[in-house]
Amino acid sequence: MTDQQTFEERVKNIAGGGAEKYHEKNAEKGKMFVRDRLQLLFDEDLDIEDAFFANCQSEGLPADGVVTGIGRINGETVCVMANDSTVKAGSWGARTVEKIIRIQETALKINAPMLYLVDSAGARITDQVDMFPNRRGAGRIFHNQIKLSGRVPQVCLLFGPSAAGGAYIPAFCDIVIMVDGNASMYLGSPRMAEKVIGEKVSLEEMGGASMHCSVSGCGDVLVSDEKEALLFARSYLSYFPSSYQERPKTREAREPEAFDKTIEELIPRNQNAPFDMYQLINRLIDEDSFCEIKRKFAPELITGLSRINGKSVGIIANQPRAKGGVLFPDSADKAAKFIQLCDAFNIPLLFLADIPGFMIGTKVERAGIIRHGAKMLAAMSEATVPKISVIVRKAYGAGLYAMAGPAFEPDACLALPTAQIAVMGPEAAVNAVYANKIAALPEEDRPAFIKEKQEEYKENIDIYRLASEMVIDDVVKPDRLRHELSTRYEAYARKNVQFTDRKHGVYPV
Amino acid sequence: MIEVKASMAGSVWKVTAAEGTQINDGDDVVILESMKMEIPIPAEASGTIKELKVGEGDFVNEGDVIAIIES
Repeated sequence: MTDQQTFEERVKNIAGGGAEKYHEKNAEKGKMFVRDRLQLLFDEDLDIEDAFFANCQSEGLPADGVVTGIGRINGETVCVMANDSTVKAGSWGARTVEKIIRIQETALKINAPMLYLVDSAGARITDQVDMFPNRRGAGRIFHNQIKLSGRVPQVCLLFGPSAAGGAYIPAFCDIVIMVDGNASMYLGSPRMAEKVIGEKVSLEEMGGASMHCSVSGCGDVLVSDEKEALLFARSYLSYFPSSYQERPKTREAREPEAFDKTIEELIPRNQNAPFDMYQLINRLIDEDSFCEIKRKFAPELITGLSRINGKSVGIIANQPRAKGGVLFPDSADKAAKFIQLCDAFNIPLLFLADIPGFMIGTKVERAGIIRHGAKMLAAMSEATVPKISVIVRKAYGAGLYAMAGPAFEPDACLALPTAQIAVMGPEAAVNAVYANKIAALPEEDRPAFIKEKQEEYKENIDIYRLASEMVIDDVVKPDRLRHELSTRYEAYARKNVQFTDRKHGVYPV
Repeated sequence: MIEVKASMAGSVWKVTAAEGTQINDGDDVVILESMKMEIPIPAEASGTIKELKVGEGDFVNEGDVIAIIES
């Protein structure tokens, strides 16, 4: 063989990945070959590939089971690592780990987003001394992720397992997209759980995509196949700048979707009756621009990226249709991470408040609702991006605080004419203040007394009274809200503030 | 057999389904009152209501079974 032939032969073997039977097995599960995934992910294909020849002296380890390099998404440069599960089930050897570490270091140097296409059985136990405990062992991957966090967007696409230590790759990403049926995440496999703690459980129950996206909150977006995952990642990145030093790019502005019902008709006058907050969101944002994060997890709070007049806006909205829109430990958690994500990448925040407060009762106290709620308040408070809160209906108690109430330096706290701000609602307040007096009255006199006191209370918390006291900055006509928001974000885009001077806060986690 | 569970703690304000009757996925089984809000608890599958485990005024904790649906 000539040198040229040897070269071509080697390239062909490496580019083809593992043995044919593994390709077939993957195809049966609806899994694409790693290089086909990358072609779909990028505008064209991988532009630059590093260490293509890694471990090429060993038999059967093409590229050492991982593709790393640089390509473009929506015209922007991004770095990627992608496991090849046709090579030893995508497991990590010493060079696999070194390749991942190097592409992360590249992302850090060139300030480009880092994408992780994960499909890996975990560490190669036989290689452990070379890839586990040392300075440039697997631990360094996580260390690098933590360093990259908030500097550049980090996205995880989970196509297969992400087991044991490997499960920390998704954990340190900004967002985890999971393919239903194939993706999983767990520290110990079902087999290990049975041996070590005696629990019998299926893989899907233990760490399946659906479980993580609805129960644990470790997954953010559940998709039905790999193509959907790749297209979602492309669309998600379109809301972000390449790094914290830049701003998101303005896209083409679109009018909101057209609806028969106006916002005014949508919102029930009875504060206690539920309505669908998605309907309000869709009337405020550019048509088809909502990119929801954690739709299935803690649905009482909606979090998602959107565009208003072509500009990225992160929305945090109470959903009265789920659990009354009350905040729980999980929803507070969900909000805290989303707020940090937007603040890190200069995406303005919009809070849409319709909240009876934080949940009470033994169940949530034992779950630590106070510290979880504190986490949300801390993240919201620290966010220095343009921040607007809109009181849609009620904002009671600490709910007002959590939804960027006036004390937390929102750039504006706006109210719709339906808004009600108070420590608690009229029913609860009258019961609390007049409990003894009500009990002392003859039964037939009680309803009239309660009604009278509730009316007095409502007058006291009337939204125009709060506007008069300048608690809120403006009362906005519902059909002017989108225009009002767009104009304000435009003006506040000039904002440049630092929260405070220190190393970092002590987070109430 | 599918269990309909309370999504949060509260008291049963209205029972909107009856034992032995047909129910569709998404229809409300009961409406709880919690945090002064009306909290509808919908069926997550279509079928017949085999058993209603709560009555109006009962307290339910998060995760308590409210009804059993036979699909």
